[in-house]
Amino acid sequence: MKPIKSVQDLNKIKAKTNGSVKQTPENLKDEAVVVKVAMATCGIASGAKNTYDYFVEELKRRHVKATVCQTGCMSYCYAEPTVEVTIPGEEPVVFGHVNTAKVQEIIDRYIIGHELVDGIIPASYKTV
Amino acid sequence: MAKNYIFVCGGIGCRALESEQLKKNLQREIILQGLSEEVQLVTTGCFGFCEKGPLVKILPDNTFYVQVAPEDSGELIYQHFIQKQKLERLLYIHPETQQRVTEARDMDFYKKQFRIALRNCGFIDPENIEEYIARDGYAALAKCLTEMTPESVIDTVKQSGLRGRGGGGFSTGLKWEITKKSAGDQKYVVCNADEGDPGAFMDRSLLEGDPHSIIEAMTICGYSIGADKGLIYIRAEYPLAIKRLQKALQQAEDAGLLGKDILGTKFNFSIDIRLGAGAFVCGEETALIHSMEGCRGEPTYKPPFPSVEGYLGKPTNVNNVETFANIPVIINKGADWFSNIGTEKSKGTKVFALAGKINNVGLIEVPMGTTLREIIFDIGGGIKDGKKFKAVQTGGPSGGCLGEQFLDTPIDYDNLIEAGSMMGSGGMIVLDEDDCMVSIAKFYLEFTLHESCGKCAPCRIGNKRLHELLEKITKGEGEKEDLKKLRALGTVIKETSLCGLGQSSPNPVLSTMQNFYDEYKAHVFEKTCPAKQCKDLITFTIVEENCTGCTLCFRNCPVEAITGEKGKVHEIHQDLCIRCGICYSKCKFDAILVE
Repeated sequence: MKPIKSVQDLNKIKAKTNGSVKQTPENLKDEAVVVKVAMATCGIASGAKNTYDYFVEELKRRHVKATVCQTGCMSYCYAEPTVEVTIPGEEPVVFGHVNTAKVQEIIDRYIIGHELVDGIIPASYKTV
Repeated sequence: MAKNYIFVCGGIGCRALESEQLKKNLQREIILQGLSEEVQLVTTGCFGFCEKGPLVKILPDNTFYVQVAPEDSGELIYQHFIQKQKLERLLYIHPETQQRVTEARDMDFYKKQFRIALRNCGFIDPENIEEYIARDGYAALAKCLTEMTPESVIDTVKQSGLRGRGGGGFSTGLKWEITKKSAGDQKYVVCNADEGDPGAFMDRSLLEGDPHSIIEAMTICGYSIGADKGLIYIRAEYPLAIKRLQKALQQAEDAGLLGKDILGTKFNFSIDIRLGAGAFVCGEETALIHSMEGCRGEPTYKPPFPSVEGYLGKPTNVNNVETFANIPVIINKGADWFSNIGTEKSKGTKVFALAGKINNVGLIEVPMGTTLREIIFDIGGGIKDGKKFKAVQTGGPSGGCLGEQFLDTPIDYDNLIEAGSMMGSGGMIVLDEDDCMVSIAKFYLEFTLHESCGKCAPCRIGNKRLHELLEKITKGEGEKEDLKKLRALGTVIKETSLCGLGQSSPNPVLSTMQNFYDEYKAHVFEKTCPAKQCKDLITFTIVEENCTGCTLCFRNCPVEAITGEKGKVHEIHQDLCIRCGICYSKCKFDAILVE
């Protein structure tokens, strides 16, 4: 399969990961932290773009091996912006109301400190 | 993470049941019993199981405790962390087995949602085809092209029991079969993404979150009915969805999953996007087709159905976005798997956009047969600000309002119609005690009034007259005869309109008349609005005993209708008052009375 082109702003971020990080969690177990930001129209309107940019910036500044990517709607409209963080070897955790202060807390305490923090949205559904 | 975590639900439903106090008590016990190093308390969002709140989940052993009272804290901490045994009496009793659930693997009982259509939304990067492929994407297409005949694909879809998710509920497999059997040298597959119901955003979310699933399903449909051309009709107001779709189409073409000789077979298929200008009636399939042809977006009489004579006069299969999203899973998992989900006549799941006066506004997907009570009070976390539930509006401007008596009705196509509403595309707006049902009916009618294309008289003129009657009633000028007229006119419009828009436009009026007739009577006979919303039927006055003379109301009154002095009882001048309600919302002493 031919390589896929992305939106310009996403391309830049992918270029930084040098294409070495596959973005599917299954392939990522031992590699890097994956941060997914829900970025449907509604998520973006609630500030998901800022959250996304801030994650990218901060994780880079702190030298955390991580990939930040966008997804569609995570369906928790009441808790936008929503973010899913997967630390290698751990179950994915979804956080709600993630503004820049919360991003800071998630990076400091969860991604680096490996300690769960308030604001987790429990998975309330089954899927195929 | 060797640490133990106690998750305490901080959802509004659980907070109403003292989960804040519970948290304090648990924290105190953690310290008192010397567990500060090992056990940490975490507040979470709603678990979607409010009926058994407050909820407590313990990690890593995944124990789920229900209805935990603040005074249970000491025992729970001691038993679970010191004695290392589960506290039996607070474990959930499974309604089917009558057993207390202790095993972590059985802990899915509280999960009332089941995601089939939304399976990839929020999981994958919609702009990355590899991620879609990593989650079984295009596997169904490969299976169809290499292992199945077009007939067996249609059979599978028919057997699955999938019905149109756009609202009509027609059997998808049957539609495919009719289109296949219709004679024509060229056939088309059309995806209807003209989502227009107020408060509905399922299709947008699907297209923005998982565009490849729609592309895959349309290609499968093309293979089965013998079409090599697909068209997605999407409204221009969805720029991000369009952008992601375009991107996905390009990727699929580059990857050889669209175009000529797909996956090395002789099958060709391509997809184009057509932008709609946002007319509601263009969600109706004949109007949609005319709009795509470059004609006026007006419906025409059916039959002939598009399956026989559609786009450019050729057999055309029109399906909604959500319908398509189910197809790859049905092909991959089989018809039996799918038809085991849901009720007798409505199979699978339905996505709803849950909005209105509800705590957890969101996109949800539940198996058919889930009750409104489970959706509103568990998944939705109950009514905002502790108000009382009044009704839920389903089906958008074509649907109706269902009151409390329908809370335990299992939701499927047929039950909703029987209850006087309809499934529609899946908008679900929750109304509380402060909503006036006559005004709600008027609101929806205003919408159809604006959106009526004007082609047929019943819809163009009838709805206008219907709206005038409602206007009269909400102004307090309604007469007994008007109620009869509303019913009679509504019925005539339903029976004589050309297309689905007019045939369903009186539903909000008729269903509120059926379920909330008392409110209509109050407006007409007593000239009052029970929900205190209709401005012409209410007055604001000062309650002298409560007024402290704080001047807050008259400083905020936009028309200077309130006079008074600091420390003295104020007065509202009725001749000047515009009944905006600002004084009522500002007053801190309950000193404004609405009647």
